[in-house]
Amino acid sequence: MPKLDKSAGDILIWLLLMTAPYWLPAAGSYVELGTHVVVYALAAMALNFLLGHTGVLSFGHAAYFGLGAYGTAMTIKYLYSGTLLGMLVGVVVATLAAAIIGPMIVRLRGVYFAMCTIAFGQVFYFIAFQWRTATGGDDGVSAWHRMPLDLGITSVDILNNPKAFYFFALAMFGICAAAMAFLLRSPFGRTLLAIRENERRARFLGIPVDRHIWMSWVISCFFVGVAGTLFALMNNFVDPRALRWDQSGNFVIMAVLGGMRSFWGPLIGAAIFLVLQDYISSHTENWMSFIGLFFVLIVLFFPRGVLGLVRGRSAS
Amino acid sequence: MTQLLLFNVFNGLIIGAFYALMALGLSLILNLSGVINFAHGGFLAIGGYLAYTLIPYLGFWGALLVSPFLVAFIGIVIERVLIRRLYGRDPLYSLLLTFGLAFMIEDGTRFIWGAQSLPYQIPGWLAAPLSSEYFFLTGYRVFMMILVGAAVLGLFLILNHTRLGLRIRAGTLDLETVSVLGVNVRVLRNLNFGLGIYLAGLAGVLAVGMLGLEPTIGDNLIMPSFIAIIVGGLGSLPGTLVGGLLIGVASGVTSVFFPSASEAVIYVMMAAVLIVRPRGLLGEEGRF
Repeated sequence: MPKLDKSAGDILIWLLLMTAPYWLPAAGSYVELGTHVVVYALAAMALNFLLGHTGVLSFGHAAYFGLGAYGTAMTIKYLYSGTLLGMLVGVVVATLAAAIIGPMIVRLRGVYFAMCTIAFGQVFYFIAFQWRTATGGDDGVSAWHRMPLDLGITSVDILNNPKAFYFFALAMFGICAAAMAFLLRSPFGRTLLAIRENERRARFLGIPVDRHIWMSWVISCFFVGVAGTLFALMNNFVDPRALRWDQSGNFVIMAVLGGMRSFWGPLIGAAIFLVLQDYISSHTENWMSFIGLFFVLIVLFFPRGVLGLVRGRSAS
Repeated sequence: MTQLLLFNVFNGLIIGAFYALMALGLSLILNLSGVINFAHGGFLAIGGYLAYTLIPYLGFWGALLVSPFLVAFIGIVIERVLIRRLYGRDPLYSLLLTFGLAFMIEDGTRFIWGAQSLPYQIPGWLAAPLSSEYFFLTGYRVFMMILVGAAVLGLFLILNHTRLGLRIRAGTLDLETVSVLGVNVRVLRNLNFGLGIYLAGLAGVLAVGMLGLEPTIGDNLIMPSFIAIIVGGLGSLPGTLVGGLLIGVASGVTSVFFPSASEAVIYVMMAAVLIVRPRGLLGEEGRF
């Protein structure tokens, strides 16, 4: 009964996410960690739209994450202090950048594609780093904060109430996850799977492969941009580290760790990664070594991820 | 003005030579093994730090000679233990592995040698300017150019005139056939990896004399090296060399007119190459 299994899994995941602010403190953690997980999970799932479901390896998604974050932060700081408008600008900036860069790289494949995404990602890092007057350079964009949501009849105080902000982030995550699931089930999503499985055959069937990869790339960067705006709102701050290449590596490892062939894999990967990072960095100064070791161990012993392992077990 | 321009062209050539040295090592490994070695900057840092440690025992010249070989040895061991397992799998995994290695090496050097930048002494006669008019022509810079040139020349001699080089070039084109012809491909890839890492180590030893010694020293060199490969053309070592020198000089010249755009210009060049000629300046058609 795979169908029932699947919806049971969906329900379990949503139940855990909806109740997280209530059991996280009891489990010795804090609500903000839950928000962190939701934001990074959205970024990793967005990356996985391209990586796991289209089969194209991007190692530069931090750029569009960071663009979303900077767009939001700078809009709220310099233009207009409204949360939703800031988010809108951030997402538009990230998507536009991806749409422009896309045509230059969609013709490339494999390692070459990965290398070019890394290099293009660095462009925005340098801009954020060097354009001191606007972006604050290394110090980042600070001295601004998210605003309470004004919904006309009532307003939600997402600024001072961490639980309210968690549910706001979760709502965004839910909308984006639903949109991605919808896209993946549509004929368009099936076409992407076909490209992943056998690009040459897809081409012979008359599918414009490059155009589909471009679309998948832009969609993926759009959602990672949404995650970026939430990231900026969450911290009330953004600095160039948000769009550095190690951030891209984190997204990829989350997707791989959870299982990049499954829809929810990146969420599970993000949860494991962040809880571990939280624990390690509070216990040792050499957390970088441990994270590095973690990367190596996953690649060597756990390449199919948590959900890949579970599935492999039940299939055999 | 002319002097300023000359200074920056020369500076760009030196920086470009470093990019090229790094990128040639990366390119060797990428061509034969399909691995993007993110940890290349880490190996460069190890080269510098080992030289620093060896100088009291071996002197400047001894350290210069020995350190790159030690780094190459470390590289060979890491290839044997870790990277070899990932050949033939999705390039995603080797990327993630070397990414993790880069973290570990950076943190490791910080743990062993400390986070502070360390002083690195070069012999006094090398540090002095050669001419009073062209103050930027210090002996060390000229010496570096000569050494990098010799290393590049040596690499191309090895590739074109030795059996190992022949096999590396053949393996780049068709590894399976090379294997069928009775060449031990595992050893070949291992040696090739060592050769690439040797170049990183050498770049490290030379770079610290100019840039100072810090755990993150490789970070600023690795991205331009990627771009050197993309601009020069994937799969072509002469292309990589040209690409490295080209972006070095371009960023040097730009820093005369637009100092803040000196980093950006190399990305612009990459974009231009990808639009006009996606395979790179000297890359072969249809390789990727």
